[in-house]
Amino acid sequence: MGEFDVRAQRLAALCLLGFVLFGYPLLAVFNVPVMLFGIPVLYVYFFVAWGALIGLFALVIERGG
Amino acid sequence: METWVIVVSSFAYLGLLFAIAYYADACADAGRSIIASPYVYSLSLAVYATAWTFYGSVGRAAENGVGFLPIYIGPTLMIALWWVVMRKILRISKLNRITSLADFIASRYGKSALLGGVVTVIAVVGILPYISLQLKAISTSFSVLLQYPDIVMPAELGRPPLIKDTGLWVALILAAFTILFGTRHLDAAEHHEGMVAAIAFESVVKLVAFVALGAWVTWGLYDGFGDIFARIAADPDLRPMLAPFGGVGGDYSSWFWLTALSMFAILFLPRQFQVTVIENKDEDHLRKAIWLFPLYMLAINIFVLPVAFGGLLHFRGATVEADTFVLTLPMAREQEVLALTVFLGGLSAATGMVIVETIALSTMVCNDLVMPVLLRLHFLRLNEWRDLARVLLAIRRGAIVLIVLLGYLYFRLAGEAYALVSIGLISFAAVAQFAPAALGGIFWKRGTRLGALCGLAAGFLVWGYTLLLPAFARSGWLPSGFLESGPLGLEALKPLALFGVAGLDPITHAMMWSMLANIGAYVGLSLAASPGVDEHRQAALFVDVFRAEGAAGGAHLWRGTASAPELYGLLARFLGHDAAEEAFRAYAARKGLEWPGSLAADAELVHHVEVQLAGAIGASSARVMVASVAKEEALTLSELRGLLDEASQIVAYSVRLEQKSRELEAATAELRAANERLKELDRLKDDFVATVTHELRTPLTSIRAFSQILYDNPNVEPAQRAKFLAIITKETDRLTRLINQVLDLARIDAGKADWRPSLVDVRSLVADALAGMGSVFEERGITVRMHPVDRLPSVRADKDRITQVVVNLLSNAAKFCRPQQGRVDVSLAADGEFLRVDVRDNGPGVDARDRDAIFDRFGQASGGFAAGQGSGLGLHISRRIVEHFGGRIWVSAPAGEGSCFSFTLPQVTG
Repeated sequence: MGEFDVRAQRLAALCLLGFVLFGYPLLAVFNVPVMLFGIPVLYVYFFVAWGALIGLFALVIERGG
Repeated sequence: METWVIVVSSFAYLGLLFAIAYYADACADAGRSIIASPYVYSLSLAVYATAWTFYGSVGRAAENGVGFLPIYIGPTLMIALWWVVMRKILRISKLNRITSLADFIASRYGKSALLGGVVTVIAVVGILPYISLQLKAISTSFSVLLQYPDIVMPAELGRPPLIKDTGLWVALILAAFTILFGTRHLDAAEHHEGMVAAIAFESVVKLVAFVALGAWVTWGLYDGFGDIFARIAADPDLRPMLAPFGGVGGDYSSWFWLTALSMFAILFLPRQFQVTVIENKDEDHLRKAIWLFPLYMLAINIFVLPVAFGGLLHFRGATVEADTFVLTLPMAREQEVLALTVFLGGLSAATGMVIVETIALSTMVCNDLVMPVLLRLHFLRLNEWRDLARVLLAIRRGAIVLIVLLGYLYFRLAGEAYALVSIGLISFAAVAQFAPAALGGIFWKRGTRLGALCGLAAGFLVWGYTLLLPAFARSGWLPSGFLESGPLGLEALKPLALFGVAGLDPITHAMMWSMLANIGAYVGLSLAASPGVDEHRQAALFVDVFRAEGAAGGAHLWRGTASAPELYGLLARFLGHDAAEEAFRAYAARKGLEWPGSLAADAELVHHVEVQLAGAIGASSARVMVASVAKEEALTLSELRGLLDEASQIVAYSVRLEQKSRELEAATAELRAANERLKELDRLKDDFVATVTHELRTPLTSIRAFSQILYDNPNVEPAQRAKFLAIITKETDRLTRLINQVLDLARIDAGKADWRPSLVDVRSLVADALAGMGSVFEERGITVRMHPVDRLPSVRADKDRITQVVVNLLSNAAKFCRPQQGRVDVSLAADGEFLRVDVRDNGPGVDARDRDAIFDRFGQASGGFAAGQGSGLGLHISRRIVEHFGGRIWVSAPAGEGSCFSFTLPQVTG
């Protein structure tokens, strides 16, 4: 395992993806008073995107190599 | 609720912590660690979630909806980079026995005691408010719960007298816990198993308590998420909460800075560094932690919004602080058990933080502040003391008590001025100052001590000016005019709007300016002046940790003289005789030498001792101590560069060499195998030629002899002549057969044999063969029986060739049968996907050793049985034929006597 192996690069890409998901302008897109399943769409977005990101971490770290 | 119930359950909870820690330590002493698991490791990382998370997140969410989230999203993003960053920090720390963050930074920049001291001061000043925040949370939640079922805010209650303040008592108990399980013994590996086990347990408790409360608020108090949000949407005052950005939630830039701040916090908060790096048992635990820890943060945050909004709706119009919603909601509905559970959850969040933070800070204070000073006070003659381990432990214990009490003092003096979250963020901003020096240190070789020192100092000063002083001003310790019009009326220097930059929230403002000063000074000064020898060496060891590892971790970069007994004495004074003995023995064993005895005090031993010592007293103090017994020859910078280049070249060469030698080995093995094969073939060929020649000679000799007789005696009687001629004909036949077989085999070997596959009815084939050989059997008095089955599958093969096989087996059977009472049994059967033919005789049988050999070329020669009766090629050719059509041929020994030759051929499917 080198210092910057494939896994490290994939995870770094996921970090950048996180910055995109939880940054301007994507947050502005969801920053509207609209409800989805009775929950404000911004909050639904936060937790779904967060969970998905963690899922991808697990996928890369446990399977990748 | 009775006071005693709360007090007893609090103490019972703390007692449980003691028990868990005690049990884990006992297990560790017995050699079976209960914390060596990625799950415990991940849970211990969750010490990140403090009382600030437990009470403060809800407070912040009630204020602006999303403000609590970046504190957890930042670490989630950072964790993705852990595979690069943390793996490197872990590797470096394990190799160098790093004891704390201060030690790490000091060690990187040439084991500078000054730098270690600065880092320690920043950490202590920056973290004290954070510790006091935890004590405040404990004290506040206790006094609020005490009023049950009335809901009275702590501000109205006033401050409890010192002697009745739970905060103080809990602080003292925590100090006792930390002393007991954090400073049990001085250990070069600095693992505190008991403490880690207790922290992991606390993480479970706080998660369960918070989720239980969240579920109760969501489905007990209200009718699910939808119900709560619908009520918020219906309320014109609270409606903006649904899309908070740009309004109540602040702008996107403060969101970004909070995320960045938390990213640094998860790396450089002293308690996080302690659990992630110092207490780590196995680098591989990172793998699970990278997704489990963010999952924990996600789980503990799911119910923050419902609780916050539920609280806002429930206490509408009442003056209830949002920071207390977690506790006051169940109290308002007289949910006694739930309120107590929540209180214990908050207690666990606060105590976990205080314990780990105090251990981390006390190690720093001892190793990087007090020890370097004591070592420099020459009149103390510290290096002549017998048992320094006890001195060190005493210093750490003193530091623990001092830190906890200072934290409590800060809370008593200033704690009321802020909501919980603001204090936490001030601490986050302080530890973020470590980021440039620490991250730069592991990826950038050129970073120097001067740069790191000035960067840290500049960042810290700006932080103090823009965050800490305003905090003091708001607590009334400084005139507030200082905030509004700047010091001495200088508007440009207003702490909250430096150089006229206004309109930012205080954290964003402070982060921007302090990072500018910090990174600017670090990079600028690093580039301005060259690093010294020590810095250069440490830079190479840190940045290239994944490459230079093979090069003995730095021992090759030391030159000097020392004596082994003196080094031993030094180690023994700090670690005790047992541990020193152990360290020397392990080292000697690794080198294949004897201790005491042949161990030479070379550079490697000096390095080994220094690293062991660093594990106890920190790198810079260890360096000073080792220098006191070893005479080091100063290297010049160019010499060091030479050594470093040499080392890396040697490593590169040896890697290349190893690869070449592996390739060579592989090639040699292949060649050897090929050579063996060739030799074997050569031997076979010689054997073949010899055997063929021999076989040819026998009939030739008899032909030659009989022709000679007939030629020399023209008057031989006709009967005699006929007999001789018959022999000559027979021998000629034999000769022809042999030559045909040799030619046949040569064709098969060369792949030029003429195969004519067609559907073959094996039963009629065998019957024909038997009929053709009837006279032979009859001649020898052999009974032949054929046992066919009714339905036989057909096979695809060359009819003539298979006949050749059958005839060969039958004539062998005829040859070897018992004379006069011979019996040959031929049976045909379907065997799985094959058709099988067995030819059994009642001859002498084949010896087990020869069962494989007889199918080889001239195989009969080795066994020597019935030599001369056949060419020795028949069975071999049979095997080649059967195998060509995908079957198998073998001989077995049936019960009774004789032997049984069998062969199979694959059935035609479909």
